[in-house]
Amino acid sequence: MSAGEVALLGIRHHGPGSARAVAAALARWRPDAVLIEGPPEADGIVHLAAEKDLVPPVALLAHAVDDPAKAAFWPYAEFSPEWVAIRHAVAHDLPVRFIDLPAGYGFAPAPDVDVDDAADAAAEDGAGHDGPAAPPADPVALLAEAAGHDDPERWWEDVVEHRAPGTDALAPFAAVAEAMGALRAEGLGESRRDLLREAYMRQQIRAARRAGHERIAVVCGAFHVPALETMPTVAHDRALLAGLPKKVRTDITWVPWTHRRLSQATGYGAGVESPGWYHHLFTTDGDPVPRWLTRAADLLRAEDHPVSSAHVIEAVRLAETLAVMRGRPLAGLTETLDAVRAVLCEGSDVALELVRDRLVVGDQLGEVPDTAPAVPLQRDLARLQRSLRLKPEAAPKEVDLDLRKENDAARSRLLHRLRLLGVDWGVPARSTVTSTGTFRESWRLCWQPEFAVRIAEAAQWGTTVEEAAGNKAVGTARAAVELAELTGLVESCLLAGLSGALPAVMRVLADCAALDTDVAHLAGALPALVRALRYGDVRGTDHGALAEAAAGLAERVCVGLPSACVGLDAEGATAMRARLDEVHGAIGLLTSAAPRAWSPDGPDHRDGPDGQNGQDGPDHQAGQHGQADRDDPYDPDGLTGRWAAALRSLAAREPSGGPATGAPGLLRGRAVRLLLDEGRLDSEEAGRRLRLVLSVASAPADAAGWVEGFLTGGGALLLHDPRLLALLDEWLTGVSGEVFTDVLPLLRRTFAALEAGVRTTIGGRVAAGPLGEPPADLAPAGELDRDRADAAVPVVALLLGVRPRIPRQPAGRDT
Amino acid sequence: MTDVLRQHAEDAFAGELAALAAQDDRPRPERWKLSPWAVATYLLGGELPDGTPVSPKYIGPRRVVEVAVTTLATDRALLLLGVPGTAKTWVSEHLAAAISGDSTMLVQGTAGTPEEAVRYGWNYARLLTDGPSRDALVPSPLMRAMADGKIARVEELTRIPADVQDSLITILSEKTLPVPELGSETQAVRGFNVIATANDRDRGVNELSSALRRRFNTVVLPLPGSLEEEVDIVTRRVNQLGRSLELPELPGGAEEIRRVVTVFRELRAGITADGRTKVKTPSGTLSTAEAISVVTNGLALATHFGDGVLRAGDVTTGIVGAVVRDPVADRAVWREYVEGVVRERDGWKDFYRAAREAGA
Repeated sequence: MSAGEVALLGIRHHGPGSARAVAAALARWRPDAVLIEGPPEADGIVHLAAEKDLVPPVALLAHAVDDPAKAAFWPYAEFSPEWVAIRHAVAHDLPVRFIDLPAGYGFAPAPDVDVDDAADAAAEDGAGHDGPAAPPADPVALLAEAAGHDDPERWWEDVVEHRAPGTDALAPFAAVAEAMGALRAEGLGESRRDLLREAYMRQQIRAARRAGHERIAVVCGAFHVPALETMPTVAHDRALLAGLPKKVRTDITWVPWTHRRLSQATGYGAGVESPGWYHHLFTTDGDPVPRWLTRAADLLRAEDHPVSSAHVIEAVRLAETLAVMRGRPLAGLTETLDAVRAVLCEGSDVALELVRDRLVVGDQLGEVPDTAPAVPLQRDLARLQRSLRLKPEAAPKEVDLDLRKENDAARSRLLHRLRLLGVDWGVPARSTVTSTGTFRESWRLCWQPEFAVRIAEAAQWGTTVEEAAGNKAVGTARAAVELAELTGLVESCLLAGLSGALPAVMRVLADCAALDTDVAHLAGALPALVRALRYGDVRGTDHGALAEAAAGLAERVCVGLPSACVGLDAEGATAMRARLDEVHGAIGLLTSAAPRAWSPDGPDHRDGPDGQNGQDGPDHQAGQHGQADRDDPYDPDGLTGRWAAALRSLAAREPSGGPATGAPGLLRGRAVRLLLDEGRLDSEEAGRRLRLVLSVASAPADAAGWVEGFLTGGGALLLHDPRLLALLDEWLTGVSGEVFTDVLPLLRRTFAALEAGVRTTIGGRVAAGPLGEPPADLAPAGELDRDRADAAVPVVALLLGVRPRIPRQPAGRDT
Repeated sequence: MTDVLRQHAEDAFAGELAALAAQDDRPRPERWKLSPWAVATYLLGGELPDGTPVSPKYIGPRRVVEVAVTTLATDRALLLLGVPGTAKTWVSEHLAAAISGDSTMLVQGTAGTPEEAVRYGWNYARLLTDGPSRDALVPSPLMRAMADGKIARVEELTRIPADVQDSLITILSEKTLPVPELGSETQAVRGFNVIATANDRDRGVNELSSALRRRFNTVVLPLPGSLEEEVDIVTRRVNQLGRSLELPELPGGAEEIRRVVTVFRELRAGITADGRTKVKTPSGTLSTAEAISVVTNGLALATHFGDGVLRAGDVTTGIVGAVVRDPVADRAVWREYVEGVVRERDGWKDFYRAAREAGA
């Protein structure tokens, strides 16, 4: 083996101090080749780092060619040591090699060799898409613990990141390597994957030596340094690597990244809590704290918080004294933020949140040159377009989709998903086919060149169309403020088949509904939600969360409705009446679909007062209060019962002093009618209420409104119970002349809306003379044709969704 | 035992302070009885090298105490903000006791606090007989603290009328108090500083001028961070109060306290304890202090008018009183909470009934 010299630069990923140290070491040691822990697939595109258009934060994104959903990323910020090394190498024309295990192995299906491997694979899956897998136990945490610090991040910062590089550029790395060596000697339980990665890295170092490089700098996680220091035999490493599965064909590219994404601990984040602060530490020369506080002051001033230079001076003093008090070599982020809060923000957490959001995390957005390979999302779309035979064409084209067909349903989902991503390739159009069934969808397709750009933008949301659309929907939901926006989004998610995103969207919806004080909004949102619930049922999506949210919404409507109806003007009352009907229908559907969806415990659950007197709790309690456990007087029959109670309460809200003091007649009448139709009020009682409202004490306009509300949607009532008609007739003949002119338009409107047949019959009845006779027995219209009646029963039963017991006919009769 | 109803902090914890001072080897700012580290230990509790235990005076985030002590060490005045019942006065008293060994340099802010209470007054008998002189001058606690290099405390700063507040500006920025009548002044000696407390909710009463405001570092005392912490605080205080009211200890207390604190925390935070459901927040403060009074009240009800067991019904009336400050908006908030959250909670059936009866 040729004697190439190797410098191992053990770093902390995304540590600005490490980055400075690496920069200093590379500048001083002058390597002739740089090896970096990262996917070797990226060797081909690393030269792009020399271009001006590649601005960090960026990430290397590798994905399986055949399955873009399998992806991994390696994010680099300006303060990442790896990025510093890359830049140094491309600036000095040095060869750069990425030496980690190729990403292609990670995407391969887990080999069924032994239990150990399977466990590893499971752990990998749990970690989601991540590039440099974290070692099982955090070595930095262990070191910090050994040094008597409870916060590993802070310890590392004090010991490494906040130290300026000394004269010997390699000294800090030697110290870190020694510490890690001691740790690994004790056995950290490094995973099998770590061993494989290190074996591969060693092989790459050997390869670099063979290639004739004399001074090789290796930039890798500090954890790996001890394993690279002592080289075992080549055969040993080969044997280890022989067990690798077959590599999957992989594509890799640079994608723009954001500081915000770096700061997220899950999904595509890197778990760097304060990228903005690190960026500041890395890019400023000297006096980081005063400069930082000055930036914070600038930011606060721009947001109209009066902050003077005197504030900044005091904040610096406080931060530095705090650092002394806490025994730190330099004020860190914690001290600085404490000072910002106490001095600059005058104790306000709102202002502090601003600083945290804009400066500690920051809005930095990376850029990628056009020459970078296409993003996986684009590939996924192309693949879908091929498999669904839906070619992107610039000429507009109408397409009719029959959702009962597999392929058409998939097309519909794709178009809906693209719409969620802001790519309006297809726009829903009015159907050209006359049939308007729900299984038919019409689209106008038109591909515009700028969609490519939108796709590139959308790449940040995911690597496949489905994933990206789901993430985008959740993101949109989180940013939404209006309830209606969210219900619309829920419907879109259902149409686009994004059941994965639905729970998160539903959660936001439930939260939003909880905080919305406008009952009209809630009432407006409920029907759409119930529709979505039923539609979801048809598509077979999981609707547990949806049902829960809908029930919660209905609950709030029940609580808030009566008071929300008070003092409405005529226009408001009309709008509210429509809502009332919709909500009534929705609640009916809801309870029939999921009778007790809001109570996961079920009706049998007996709950005792938790704590010490657990077992005999309920009985004891019941004895004391004289109430049985489940016979709750406030919850007789669930949601419909409470809705009925709300309607009753609404019906009782009569104006006592002017129209503003009660609910308008229209709504009260409507409530009585709904209760009557539900059978919660008998016609006797309805008649009594009609009589009360028509009595002289009430304002005639209010009474006419009541009648309108009462009669809308079916006047046959007046025919079935002539007493009601008589009451109405009596009242009408009793009102004075000018009042009659006032109420006439209202009554006309009411009666004009009735069915023509009913209207004629009513007219006939009134013309026929005295009303108010008790209804004559309904004489059967003639002999019932039993055969024909029986034939209709199954169809009616099917329509009603019930399974009536059809009387068994005597045998032989229907032959 | 003394006959004094309530001892000053420096007397009640004299033993701890002496032990801290004896073992404190860190540098002390001039005229401080303890080093900043020892002051923090005194407030947060801990154990001294020789094993002497120091009881915690403040239960809450360490950061708050560290920032407060550091502020005083950097010569800046300290403003403690927080809703009522977050131990502002308590912290300021103990800080003064630990730093100056004297927590009595106190100006209580009220709507009627005169300028004399902040600067100086005159002994009119002496003034008439001897004419204006130092002997005829009656110094305010602030003036004495300046002369002695001690910590002065101003309670409820925002209740003090704006013109009187502003007389603090010279004291805080120039560290001097001119006496124009005598053509002289009192200059503050090292060790002097001011701790002011103010109520978050009362900001509008007499808001600080920005000139005064920027002389202070502000530390907001948070409400208790966790359910356990708050239950602990409420239980302790209720026991102390119960003893002084001579109420017997009742069974069922622990459970009801937990429920009261849960309700208060959920309504205050606008989210249920399990983090699953959001709820509206009422207009009231719902501080820990109010939770304490609800429970104490409930205890009194159960003892004198109930069956001797603290039950849901004994506390719900109090809770409704604390929550429903605005008869329309808050009532709706409360009803939604009762119907949406309480009704479905396991083991809260009796509480739900009581809440309904208490006027939802």
